[in-house]
Amino acid sequence: MITMENVCKSYKVAKRNAGFLEACKALFSREYEEIHALDNVSFTIRDGEMVGYIGPNGAGKSSTIKILSGILTPDSGTCLIDGRVPWKDRIRHVKEIGVVFGQRSQLWWDVPVIDSFELLKDIYSIPEQVYRSNLEELTDLLNLGELLRSPARQLSLGQRMRCEIAASLLHSPKILFLDEPTIGLDAVSKLAVRDFIKKQNETHGTTVILTTHDMQDIEALTNRIILIGKGRILMDGTINDIKQNDLTIDETVAQLYRSYEI
Amino acid sequence: MLNKMIRAIKLYKHYISINIRSMMQYKASFFATVIGQFLVSFNVFLGIFVMFRRFNSVSGFTYSEVMLCYSIVLLEYTLAEMYARGFDTFSGMVRTGSFDRVLLRPRSEILQVLGNKFELTRIGRLMQAVVMFVYGITQSNVDWSVFRVITVVFMLIGGTMLFTGIFLIYAAICFFTLEGLEFMNILTNGAVEYGKYPISVYGKRMLQFTTFVIPYALVQYYPLMYILGRKSSPAYIFLPLLASLFLIPCYLLWRFGVRHYKSSGS
Repeated sequence: MITMENVCKSYKVAKRNAGFLEACKALFSREYEEIHALDNVSFTIRDGEMVGYIGPNGAGKSSTIKILSGILTPDSGTCLIDGRVPWKDRIRHVKEIGVVFGQRSQLWWDVPVIDSFELLKDIYSIPEQVYRSNLEELTDLLNLGELLRSPARQLSLGQRMRCEIAASLLHSPKILFLDEPTIGLDAVSKLAVRDFIKKQNETHGTTVILTTHDMQDIEALTNRIILIGKGRILMDGTINDIKQNDLTIDETVAQLYRSYEI
Repeated sequence: MLNKMIRAIKLYKHYISINIRSMMQYKASFFATVIGQFLVSFNVFLGIFVMFRRFNSVSGFTYSEVMLCYSIVLLEYTLAEMYARGFDTFSGMVRTGSFDRVLLRPRSEILQVLGNKFELTRIGRLMQAVVMFVYGITQSNVDWSVFRVITVVFMLIGGTMLFTGIFLIYAAICFFTLEGLEFMNILTNGAVEYGKYPISVYGKRMLQFTTFVIPYALVQYYPLMYILGRKSSPAYIFLPLLASLFLIPCYLLWRFGVRHYKSSGS
């Protein structure tokens, strides 16, 4: 179970105008602007739930994921995941979670993917038998086969994403965070990834938290949506709550963003 | 505790192996860098050689004694750079946010950063240092008693730890500045340059600074004096190990930095 209560997080961002002179000026006196990335965020997610976490760019989605996964410490508020405070109990916490950042790779660039997997086996101290059966299952479901023997740098984006997802699940985590897992994928890869996530949730009861801009992802995978804008939770409900009959899902969400002025 | 150590060493070996496999993908670049590393330090060696053709001694140290001193410093620095290169290139990790991944793994941050980059190309310089080392040992007229051999071993350990500590400070500062700070190179590359000659050559102030602030003299000047038979107190044998304590404040600074890590956007 994941609970977040009144979590706040703000950053200082240096601001300056364009131009060389401005850059020189900024070297000596810099103006900072305080950005409230998260402003009193609270929600609860039960075990085995699949939740779509949506919001426009810069709304605070990644910050939330980073706090939940223990990378960032919030300024105030509490967060408890299966009884653990992520940023205080880092090592015990990260054993139980898997995180996929769509925009960043966790595979070693120059060696075959399977070498990266073997290293992960040692990092997580996964027992040989568990590793074998997980690898077999993931290879089968994500259709990795031959991909495992190619270096990550030679894979296409879609192929790499499938490997990334497999890498995050080798240690059988109970919770899976997916940060834009379908970004830049073609239709076939997208469907394969969605299909896999759904199966993973059904067969292993993995709790899935998914951020995305692709509303079809949400439609295909989750019932529950949490909408965040300017650091505040604006809505927590199901896809049917917002759906309007004559509009497509993309139009609905655009309408929603506009109505909240985010 | 012991079990944990064994697991850490096993993982570290795995990291080294994957680093080497990655490097072998680019064979030409690897061998070119190794040869380059060898030649650069060979140049320095030539410099000292030419100088001693004109002067017989520098502040009372002969050519072979200076060789012994320099080769030990170079060995320490090269060893530290080889395995602690991850700290040296750490600014990139912080700036791109790939340190996030380190925090997502259930292992010590330091072990992972070390494992992230093992710089095998430094083997070129290491070979150069070994050649000078052997020359220094055989030609310096030192009577190699057991205690003196132990002193050299302690020097190598203490010096490697000292350089590791400086790399660690360098990495810790990156948490706040996001960029590497070139001035820190004074403490690493600079130390190797200065380390060519026993530190007493540079005067009393320098000796004080390197005794109490950044303890280079503890791994270089003092034990060297013992080896060369100019000081006889057995306390000099252990001074290099004392220098390892320098790692403690470095580690605390690193911990402080980790807590201030802010990640990057997206």
